[in-house]
Amino acid sequence: MTEPLMSKAADPNRVRKVVSVQAPQAVAWRVFTEKMGAWWPLAYYKIGKANAVDAVIEPRVGGRWYERGDDGSTCQWGSVLVWEPLSRLVLSWDINADWQYDPALKTEIEVRFNADGSDRTRVELEHRHLDRYGARRDEMRRIYDSEGDWGKLLDMFARVAAEA
Amino acid sequence: MKLEPGGIRDIEFLVQCLQRLRGGGRSVGEIAEGMEVSRPAVSQHLKILKAARLVTVHAQGTRRVYAVDTRGIESLRKWLDGFWDEALTAFTAAAEREAAREGKQ
Repeated sequence: MTEPLMSKAADPNRVRKVVSVQAPQAVAWRVFTEKMGAWWPLAYYKIGKANAVDAVIEPRVGGRWYERGDDGSTCQWGSVLVWEPLSRLVLSWDINADWQYDPALKTEIEVRFNADGSDRTRVELEHRHLDRYGARRDEMRRIYDSEGDWGKLLDMFARVAAEA
Repeated sequence: MKLEPGGIRDIEFLVQCLQRLRGGGRSVGEIAEGMEVSRPAVSQHLKILKAARLVTVHAQGTRRVYAVDTRGIESLRKWLDGFWDEALTAFTAAAEREAAREGKQ
């Protein structure tokens, strides 16, 4: 079962989750990073046209995070920002609110693995910088099409929203 | 909607309008106070921000009060909250299956 982390729970720009897993830290890390395709709800949460059969994290900083379709095609979701085996992983999640890949939109997912005895692991997940969605990019893009500077405005808006 | 000429200067001006709303809702007059542009120009820029759903406007007595629009972020946050519940529940089951399988070997 998941439970919301009480601190910062009201922050609208992040989602935080904690789960306690009956598995050693090394197993929890491996299942999360190497066997993501075994648990990710691929039937619903994928972006490619093909049926997704796997979700893959390339195990290094800068590695791609992508889905693989049954036709061999791949669709990128983001990339690896921090890779600290067994303890900490930060992924960029460049999926917009319409469930499409958008490399200009970088939200972050940090996952921490903490051993709780030898056979339990506490896994904390934080999905942050959600304010980067807040500016409704497409509408702004239309408005600023002729200006070409909408991205700068959105960046500044994100800053303002974060300080609010 | 066409902006006044000046490109980036206008964008900075839009950001100024947003920054003035950071502490809560304000009327056009309050937003325009101390700015080097006319009140109609401020109104024009608020229209742009409203069209982009960055601000909302509501009546307060005879005043029209502008405020930062947070609804988009909030609904997305709720959606992601449910999504991660589902994904992590599945992850927990998978990790526990794997641990049990290795424990038997």
